[in-house]
Amino acid sequence: MDRKTRMTVLLEEALNPSMLVIRDDSARHQHHAHMRSVQENSRGPAQVGETHYAVEIVSDKFDEMRALARHRLVNELLAPEFEQGLHALSLTLKGTKDV
Amino acid sequence: MSDSVFQTIQNMIDTHPVMLFMKGDKLFPQCGFSARVVQILTHLDTPFETANVLESPELRQGIKDFSQWPTVPQLYVKGEFIGGCDIVTDMYQSGELETLLVEKGIVKASD
Repeated sequence: MDRKTRMTVLLEEALNPSMLVIRDDSARHQHHAHMRSVQENSRGPAQVGETHYAVEIVSDKFDEMRALARHRLVNELLAPEFEQGLHALSLTLKGTKDV
Repeated sequence: MSDSVFQTIQNMIDTHPVMLFMKGDKLFPQCGFSARVVQILTHLDTPFETANVLESPELRQGIKDFSQWPTVPQLYVKGEFIGGCDIVTDMYQSGELETLLVEKGIVKASD
């Protein structure tokens, strides 16, 4: 399972989103010094790329939550991915009342 | 994570009213997200201090544990964690960030 699929499963299960878009931006950040070293040290395809993602979510779970709390919740849900090389996550999180 | 890193971070956020943990520095940010926060703070005429996490692996991991926040940049105002690039950008666009900085006496209200 690739990272995008794992993230989709984690987020759908926890947030039951009415909209979920996950974009893999890793290719745009390949030139970073740190990202190059990650790739050079990589022993398998799983560690190549899959570092930078942009995620948009609309969920009623976010209603009545402040921005910081929404971000903390998603960061927490994706903690296993951060432990496995997820490096940057750009989040757009809306409650159903915000759209 | 050693207590000394936490103590160092605590000292930084206590000492500097606006403290940005970032990759690179104000003149040469090493990451687009860090660059954007520098740009926003500069645009609001905010006096701020930065710490470059790329210079210290201990700080780089320490700030993530301290804030319980997995990414850099991270912005603190008067010792309070504000958020990362997305939150700072949203707050800037809504005017909330300027309001906060004015309320905390860090910048003057714009006309």
